Amino acid sequence: MVIRHALLALLSEGPKHGFQLAQEFAAGTGEMWPLNTGQVYTTLQRLDRDGLVDTDGAESGTQTTYVITDEGRSELETWLRRPPDTTHPPRDELVIKVLVALRLPGVDASELTQVYRRHVVEAMQQYTRLKEDAPEDDIGLLLVADAEIYRLDAIVRWLDAAEARIRRLPPNDWRPATPIRQPRRARVGSIR
Amino acid sequence: MTAVLDMVGVSKSYGDGAGTVLALHDADLTVLAGELVAIMGPSGSGKSTLLTIAGTLEQTTSGTVVVDGHDVSSMSPNDRSRLRRRSVGYVFQDFNLLSGLTAAENVAMPLELDGTRAKPARVAALQVLDELGLGDRADRFPDELSGGERQRVAIGRAVVGDRRLLLADEPTGALDSVNGESVMRLVRAACKRGVAGVVVTHDAQLASWADRVVFLRDGRIVDQSLPAAGPESLLTGSIDR
Repeated sequence: MVIRHALLALLSEGPKHGFQLAQEFAAGTGEMWPLNTGQVYTTLQRLDRDGLVDTDGAESGTQTTYVITDEGRSELETWLRRPPDTTHPPRDELVIKVLVALRLPGVDASELTQVYRRHVVEAMQQYTRLKEDAPEDDIGLLLVADAEIYRLDAIVRWLDAAEARIRRLPPNDWRPATPIRQPRRARVGSIR
Repeated sequence: MTAVLDMVGVSKSYGDGAGTVLALHDADLTVLAGELVAIMGPSGSGKSTLLTIAGTLEQTTSGTVVVDGHDVSSMSPNDRSRLRRRSVGYVFQDFNLLSGLTAAENVAMPLELDGTRAKPARVAALQVLDELGLGDRADRFPDELSGGERQRVAIGRAVVGDRRLLLADEPTGALDSVNGESVMRLVRAACKRGVAGVVVTHDAQLASWADRVVFLRDGRIVDQSLPAAGPESLLTGSIDR
């Protein structure tokens, strides 16, 4: 859905062809969200089918040029004014893992929260470094990096709250903090 | 790079007998020149104790602390306060500027306390304020400055002279996100010039400015983040939403 409306937004600036749209989408997000050209063409075909864009018939080389229709402009405006859906969160893998950990004998759920916390903080460090090195006028990159940092920060806050709750459980159910053996480097950015 | 702060096996307890509270247990922490380390933990995890010991404001119960090449435990109180004045700068959440002194006088104060004459101390203070973008605020009093400006003055006071170790306790806690970010950019800039920095915080966003994040629980260092990989590793995959 996001790609669909992002393409309408780019076409509202003027006629463009698919490859150009893919490039402008990536540039507008500070290259953080690359789109492959295949996704762009599939989406354009659907927009065309729904009457939201039109091909203007003018070929630039072998590429088809797309223009936004009046219906497309109206759809873009409606979408922009509608707040994003926050009422139905998907089942969260992180929450489920901690719930499972609490039920499994021999698993220290409190220690597990620290394993997750470190992983998330390492991802935050990378986004902060990206922000630090970004040119001040690269608003796309700065906004995308901020969005990721705030999203990850919310995960750390939940982990802090979860750990505090777990540690208030009766003494039999948790052990005091112990140093954590570092596993090999986990891939950053995969917690979703 | 040389270690500016080297803490080995540091423990700190308060009280005695059955009422003993172990605030810090067998903590090892080395911070190199040019490095920014964040100590992250909830309230009561021992992070403020660690910071006051690193800043030589408190003595350890056991273990050794070396600041800028000096073993703190074998120093006289006078030598310790001289080391503190010359080598260590502090930044606090509530700025702690002296309200009766201008920005420049606040920044010059640690130099003057250490025997620098007023004129050269003011010259050094003005230069630091200039670097922090506060050149035109030098003669303002703290209550004539915004929160963000006050914290920049506090950073100036913490790095003026040839200070080697910058210690900060929740330095962005009282600031909004834009001012908080500019304060952390200045702390990073100080570290890039060779200062060793330690910030204690419960805030992951603040901690994420550090080269390394050390996690504290129940007075123990339980974990630390690996040094940040390059941001290029974030640029992966397409979105398929």
